[in-house]
Amino acid sequence: MIGLGEHSEWLRPDAPASDVVVSSRVRLARNFAGFPFPNRAKREDKRQIMDLAERHLMRAGLAPRMAWIELSDVSSLERGVLVERHLISKQLAKGDEPRAVAVSTPDERLAVMVNEEDHLRIQVMRAGLALSDAFAQINDIDDRVEAHADIAYHQRFGYLTACPTNVGTGIRVSVMMHLPGLKLTGEIEKVRRAAKGMSLAVRGFYGEGSEAVGDFFQISNQTTFGKSELEILQEFEGQIIPKVIEYERIARRNLLERRKVLVEDRVFRALGTLRHARLLKSDEALELLSSVRLGVTLGLLCGIDPVRVGRLLLLTQPAHLQKQSGRELDQAARRVERATLVRSMLS
Amino acid sequence: MKRQCDRCEREATVHEMVIRHGKQVEKHLCERCAREEGIAIPAAPSIQDVVKQFVVGQAAAAAAASGAAPATPATQTKSPTCASCGLTFAEFRQSGLLGCPECYKTFEAQIGPLLERAHEGGTHHTGKVPTRGGTAPDPHQRIAKLRKELLDAVAAEQYERAARLRDQLLHTEPGAGEAERAREPNG
Repeated sequence: MIGLGEHSEWLRPDAPASDVVVSSRVRLARNFAGFPFPNRAKREDKRQIMDLAERHLMRAGLAPRMAWIELSDVSSLERGVLVERHLISKQLAKGDEPRAVAVSTPDERLAVMVNEEDHLRIQVMRAGLALSDAFAQINDIDDRVEAHADIAYHQRFGYLTACPTNVGTGIRVSVMMHLPGLKLTGEIEKVRRAAKGMSLAVRGFYGEGSEAVGDFFQISNQTTFGKSELEILQEFEGQIIPKVIEYERIARRNLLERRKVLVEDRVFRALGTLRHARLLKSDEALELLSSVRLGVTLGLLCGIDPVRVGRLLLLTQPAHLQKQSGRELDQAARRVERATLVRSMLS
Repeated sequence: MKRQCDRCEREATVHEMVIRHGKQVEKHLCERCAREEGIAIPAAPSIQDVVKQFVVGQAAAAAAASGAAPATPATQTKSPTCASCGLTFAEFRQSGLLGCPECYKTFEAQIGPLLERAHEGGTHHTGKVPTRGGTAPDPHQRIAKLRKELLDAVAAEQYERAARLRDQLLHTEPGAGEAERAREPNG
């Protein structure tokens, strides 16, 4: 099944704009015609939707290798690993209704949730800023799926989705950004306000309903109707995100020029804690790793491998930590295990 | 504690902290002064907010029109209902979710204005249109759909429709379905 993500796309070291952008994602919401949406579907309908989805996703050559994971068949720990890897939502991890995810392995670039809010939630992910590339792949996948499946579509409303906030294109483009510079200079609020004014959503590390931890922010479009996919994509990738990247780089440069000691103190203090702590909380690890990531991108920490920092961001999360150690751990034990893992990987 | 705008008497609702020349400068402004200073103010509420406001507004308008108290079970029974999945507009107001693709046709009149508000004035889909590249729709899906329609028709005692559906199903099932299955490789 899914391993510990050694080959996961978002750990690629050479991704475009990776000093600021962790990953890019495009998702499409799609529903099969003739079936109720999952919120109103009976168990039997959901089972049929699963069969349809499996047939269309697993035999259409969407990726060289695909894993089909029925969530009722896997432990809550495995489901947690999938959530932490952003392959499924928290919502899909819950409950006992028929639901699944199809994932391309080992790169995990493609993940399709089945029976979440919509029948299909197709997601394509790339490391760094690569939305056009992600869109090209997802559009091709969508073409292949609808070449054989009858997808719910309305001439006026476009692709039909359970929630009217996704109707039309059903598209969501989002980027996970690392913005410690803007956070330190206090300009992050300006970005938040500007984003809100442009109908963009700014969320935390774990997406919907999560707070920004460790200066990681997920920015995504909210408008899906009345604009074409390309218009949405171009506005986002061509105008909005490059501006935020530019502001972040300027903020980092200014900090280095004017408040170098402050930045160095933050970076080295974080590294010191990570190298010596005996107990680490999950959010604390994320915050500290964020500072180390900043230090690496600014060239302050030459001996630290950025891929290793990326891996730690993943492996220090609760489910990954337990999977890595091969047993269930309570919160106190996790703190010890986390600190031990970080020490061994950063010393 | 309420804080007064740095430039006028109004309450400061926009707070900005900027580091300039190594010094931290804080600004506390009311919306109007903030706008004059070129600080972007959140112009649009979130889509979820719009949906909520809209549905509450609709409920209030409906209640005002009928002279009744808003959204009691009695007024809910009058709300339009989707013939395909049975969802009422009142239920949609509660959950924010539609029940099936047919709901978009049933509630088109109500949903149009809602989408316009939620999606920056969008009135029509202008993006991708599904194309099937000359291939027929999935026979399994068609069969499943016909079976479901047949059961619904029988349940609703629409026997003429049920007979038509049964004929379509007989026509579809052995031919296209089997041929398609035979061609499929083992997954």
